[in-house]
Amino acid sequence: MSGSTRRVFLANGLRGAGLVALGGLACDGNRPRAGFLGLMERVNERFERALFDPSRLAPELGEDEETALEDFPKYKISKEFPVAPAGWALSVGGLVARPLTLSVADLQRMPRTRTRVRHHCVEGWSAVASWDGVRLAEIARAAGADPRARYVEFRSFDAGYFSSWDLESALHPQTILAYGMDGDPLHVEHGAPLRLYSAVKLGYKMVKYLTAVNFLPVRTGGYWEDRGYEWFAGV
Amino acid sequence: MPRPAQPWLVRATHWANLVLLTVMAGSGLRILVAYPHLGPKGAEYGWYPLQGVSPPLALTVGGWLAGARHWHFAFAWLFVANAVVYLVYLFASGEWRRRLFFPRRDARNAWDTVLHDLRLRKEAPPPVGLYNGMQRLTYTAVLAMAPLVVLSGLAMYKPVQLPRLTALLGGYDVARVIHLGVLAALALFTVVHVVQVLLHPRTLADMTVGRDERPEEVS
Repeated sequence: MSGSTRRVFLANGLRGAGLVALGGLACDGNRPRAGFLGLMERVNERFERALFDPSRLAPELGEDEETALEDFPKYKISKEFPVAPAGWALSVGGLVARPLTLSVADLQRMPRTRTRVRHHCVEGWSAVASWDGVRLAEIARAAGADPRARYVEFRSFDAGYFSSWDLESALHPQTILAYGMDGDPLHVEHGAPLRLYSAVKLGYKMVKYLTAVNFLPVRTGGYWEDRGYEWFAGV
Repeated sequence: MPRPAQPWLVRATHWANLVLLTVMAGSGLRILVAYPHLGPKGAEYGWYPLQGVSPPLALTVGGWLAGARHWHFAFAWLFVANAVVYLVYLFASGEWRRRLFFPRRDARNAWDTVLHDLRLRKEAPPPVGLYNGMQRLTYTAVLAMAPLVVLSGLAMYKPVQLPRLTALLGGYDVARVIHLGVLAALALFTVVHVVQVLLHPRTLADMTVGRDERPEEVS
């Protein structure tokens, strides 16, 4: 090896080592939106959106595949299970022609959908329950949602828990506002009186204890999303 | 012209793979900490002896569940890219001929090598080139695990959008078993691999600085 090629070799080696060191700095699990991890999250979100087919249905499962009610995890943010305020009603707003205020009785008069699909939690467990409710697409139609609203935000009375969704996932035929679980009225541990349920998202996207659905032109975050979990979180 | 025992592309992808697999295993184990069970809720698999046992945090990467997921899904692309570079080179260069296991050529030698290594037979099998039959079998098996670990990972990532893949692997929870099972197999391989390298240190020189294949090993 001549002197100059050796110098080039050493310079390349140093540059490579520097890049590796920078790469290390750019991967911080506590700041997953920054550096290389943040860049790759944006890549992965494009990948997720490309894979998502709005017309593909998750397989509907049989009653024999239901998880026993006591085994279906019950998650909340508040210390105690939150109880709905007296006179609770869901508000539907944002970019809509007809803002709505819907009681559970109003929702039960709308077309009813039952879905029984596998639930996928970000933690890695899966479980199955059947959910009764109204398709979000039905709510969007009733409210006259503006097609310019590309995002839907769901808010709750559970310590400010919320999540924002892409419109396509929100309007999926297996995305419903559920008031019933396993044939019974929704229990307080699972989000009574009304929760979001969907076949196409991870569990933390399915806001329980709903208070509001807003069709928005902008994407907001979410309780876990703002803490570093993926925003798209499709399955 | 003598061929290098380990061409530079094999050396580069080998060491890149070590780094990438370490990141994938560490972040994967941190994800497992969040639910260290196999099987769906309420129907965890009875045969799995480590139900509820968290992997040691010292072996994990990412710090917390969301951090580990970002590490895992970021480095998965690099892991796949590195594997693709290696596989394209393996077949384009003809290296596959002296590395992959072909039963008719290698089974006898593999069996004789096992008997010799276990001290059950005195005479060593005749040298057959870069790798003996048992090495070819092992490295081919490890290569076969790569698509399995990627596909089972994809099935867990997108069980609804990739329904045929997920069903082929037996469903979401079985895909988790396969994914963890491959990790266990790779960990076992790594232990044996490192022991063998310690017993034959010149292979480490082959894989780092690179040297020509020794004449007595040319097949």
